[in-house]
Parts: sequence; C-alpha cells; structure tokens
Amino acid sequence: MKQVQKENDPQISQDVSNLETVGNIFSDNAKMSMRNVNVFYGEKQAIHDVSLDIGKNEVVAMIGPSGCGKSTFLRCMNRMNDTIDTCRIEGDFKLEASDIYHPKQDVVALRARVGIVFQKPNPFPKSIYDNVAYGPKVHGLVNNKTDLDEIVEVSLRKAGLWEEVKDRLTAPGTGLSGGQQQRLCIARTIAVGPEVILMDEPCSALDPIATAKIEELMAELSQNFTIAIVTHSMQQAARVSDRTAYFHMGKLIEVNDTKRVFTNPEHELTEAYITGRFG
Amino acid sequence: MDKKFLDRHISHSFDNEIETIITQILEMGNIVEQQIVDSVKAIISTNKELAQKVVQVEDDVDMREVRLDELCTEVLACRQPAAFDLRMVLSATRIIRDLERIGDEAQKVAKMAIRLEKKGAAPAGYEEVAHMGGLVQSMLSSALSAFSQLDVTLALDVAKADKKVDRELKSAMRTIVNYMIDEPKSIKRAMNILSALRSLERMGNHSRNIAEHVIYLVKGLDVRHSSIKEIASKLAE
Repeated sequence: MKQVQKENDPQISQDVSNLETVGNIFSDNAKMSMRNVNVFYGEKQAIHDVSLDIGKNEVVAMIGPSGCGKSTFLRCMNRMNDTIDTCRIEGDFKLEASDIYHPKQDVVALRARVGIVFQKPNPFPKSIYDNVAYGPKVHGLVNNKTDLDEIVEVSLRKAGLWEEVKDRLTAPGTGLSGGQQQRLCIARTIAVGPEVILMDEPCSALDPIATAKIEELMAELSQNFTIAIVTHSMQQAARVSDRTAYFHMGKLIEVNDTKRVFTNPEHELTEAYITGRFG
Repeated sequence: MDKKFLDRHISHSFDNEIETIITQILEMGNIVEQQIVDSVKAIISTNKELAQKVVQVEDDVDMREVRLDELCTEVLACRQPAAFDLRMVLSATRIIRDLERIGDEAQKVAKMAIRLEKKGAAPAGYEEVAHMGGLVQSMLSSALSAFSQLDVTLALDVAKADKKVDRELKSAMRTIVNYMIDEPKSIKRAMNILSALRSLERMGNHSRNIAEHVIYLVKGLDVRHSSIKEIASKLAE
C-alpha cells in the first residue's frame, strides 16, 4: 500500500518548486491557456512555473492549503493583481488567441469577458435592478430601457434569482440574504456577457442550502460559460468540477479529471491533502 | 422507484447520477434474469446454442458490474452521500455483486447443458430443474421489483421463497440420488444435473440477499443472517 504522508513529514515542507505537474494540463478546446506562470510579491515567489488550460464550458476547481497560490493564480486570470504594486507576473495568459497581459489590452473590457465572483457577496448599495443593470450601462451594451430590462431579467433568471426578486426589483440588493446576494453578484457578472467566470471561494460565507443552490447554478452556467473556481472545500470541488487542479506551495502539483483526483489521485501530495493528512 | 426519496436534491446532476445507477441495476437485473431463463431452458431442451449464448452474455454482465461499481465509487467520492443516499449507494454495490454472482451460476448451468449435450441426457431431474428455475427466476424478478418500488413487503416474500427453494433442492437431491443408486452408469450425467440444481439454489440465496439489501435501503435495518421470523418482526416494529 502506498505510504500516505504525515503532516510533519519533511517531504511535505520540502521545496516543490522543481516538481513536474502530473496529470494533464491541456484541454482539447482551451478557452484560457496559461503557460509558465511565475508570480512574485516583492521578493517572495508565490507561483512557480504553472501551466494550465481551462477548456471551453469546463468547470475547473483549484484546491490546496492556505497560501498555496490558488487565489493568486485565479486573480491573475483577469488581472485583478494589477492593483497590487509589489506584484510581478511572468508567463503567458491567453484568452483564446488574445494575450490578456498585452500592453494594449483594455483591462475593463477584459474583465467584462472574464468576470469574477468573490468570497463575500458585495452588491452595490443600489437596487436589485441597478446592481444588474450597472455593468451593461457602463459597457454601453444597451440602447434603450427595454433592452436593459431584458438583460436584467435574463441575467437574474440565469442566476436562479428571478422568481425570488421579480416583485421587488427596486428593493436594495443589500437587503437580500447572503445566498441571494451572491446570486445577485453572479447575475451582475453574467449581465455583461462574459465568456469566463472566475469564482474565488464563492460559497465560503454561505449556509449549506445557499451553497447547494450556487453549486447547482454552476452546473447550469457551465453550459454557456467557462468556470474556474477556487475553493477551500474539497467536497465542493468534487461536486461541481470537471477537472481539479491541486496547488501546493505555489506549484501546480496535479491536474486531472475530478473523478480521478478524488478516487485515485496520481500524486501523493494530492492524496495527502484530500484525505486530510495535512492542510 | 418511489420518487419521493430520489429527485429532491438541489443538485439535479446528483439526482441524475442516482437515477443512472438505479436504471443500470435494473437493466443488469433483467439481463441476469434472462440468463436464468435461458440456462434452464438450455439444460432441459439440450440446446447448446442457447447455452453458449448464456456463457457469452456473462461478459456483458461482468462489464456492467465493473461500470456500476465505478459509478458508485464516484458518487461516494464526489457527493459524500448521507442517510438514504448513502444506503442507496451501499445497497447498489451489494446488489450488483449478487447479480453478478447469479450470472456466474447461470453460466455454470449453461456449461452443464453443454456437457450433457455431449455426453447424453441425464436419467432424471429435468422436471426439478424446470421447477426450481421457475421459482428462482420469480424470486429475482420480485427482488428487482422490490428494489424498483422500494417495497419491503415484497422483499420479505422473496426471503420466504428462498426457504421453499431450499426444500425443493433437498427433495430433488433425494430423487436424483435414488436414480443414481438404481443406475450407477448414469452417475456422471446425473451429477451435472445435481450441480445445476445447486447453482439454482445459490441463485435463490443471492436473490434473497438482494431482497435483504432492499430492506436495508428502505428501512435502514441490517437483516443479514436473520431468520424470516426475525426479519418480519423487525419490519413490524
């Protein structure tokens, strides 16, 4: 039987930066392709030579212990780290054919194509309607009120919130429950017609029922969108994703089909993490 | 399958996974039930082609067992099922194993049929094979219905029927042994019929196991190694 590592095993805290990623980083139909990514915060290297494809209409979960670099990597995918002065990013990030770190890349336009949903629901202090309508208005996606109404309704429907809020669209978004607020934030993201949705621990502030609703929503959204999710919950990764990427100390250790990762992981570090040997 | 237990998950894909397991078990069950019918028919009518068909179908049954086991493992690993869902997946893995073993026994009966076709008919026991085959097929059919309808009363009936199959085997063995004493030259051929009867009896045992898994699934009661009286009493509580 394969020896499972213990928390104080020196191999776990060893330098993993030179390890090769096991599994399959490639996708036959990549929507986003990251290659040889290194990320530094000042002198400290947070990501070590990570390459990964996110396939079209695929749900990819990124898991790993705190500080493993999964959120850093996710946030690089729509340049959310640009605002951190000490952050330096090397490597290629492609959204289909376009280089998202090209000097002429319009970051606002990029974030419309690659939306993000955060850990804590953060609705604007505006009405439910305005929360969803804001993006399409700012990006000039609509010419009249009728079109805007339609976008708001479609987005709220896709986010599974329409039936719950259709009679109180003018009520403040902040008055909704946590789970509803998070779905409102998803509707807001969808409203600008993104191709990719990044989710950074979208359910960690939610109760189990609200979490289950968001997870079900992800399954529906993946029919039209590409989704990359960072989660602290291995069980959530197992439930929602097609492929799972395991990060450890800034290194992508393994990426494989989720079923494979949770039944027979290829790397012993992945096994040690998902079986609760450390984390 | 009673929908009240099954299609209420917020996650529709979880519903679909459970539904797939149930559907595939019932499909596998139907194939195995047909194996029983064909193997009994093959031995009674000395039909080599039909016996060979039963042997060939066994590969399909084995493959279905492996695939279903894989599905159950994935549901356990990815869904962390609890309560009824957990019992469903556990029962499924046990039912699959029993179905596969019934298929194995049917294959053995079919091989006996092929042997008898070569060596000539046995002196007796064909009526007993036909009778026990009918009983066992009916047991499996009822066990699968009990599973699909979550019907513990029907499951209890299957367990009761197993006793009848055991009595039939004893009676058939007495008859055949008497023939063997009278016609020692036919012992080898008669042994084939005896083996077939034993296989049918084991199929009955596995069908009873399936019924017990259904009781565990529906009621959460582990009734393995219990007498019929004990099972009935536990269900009445």
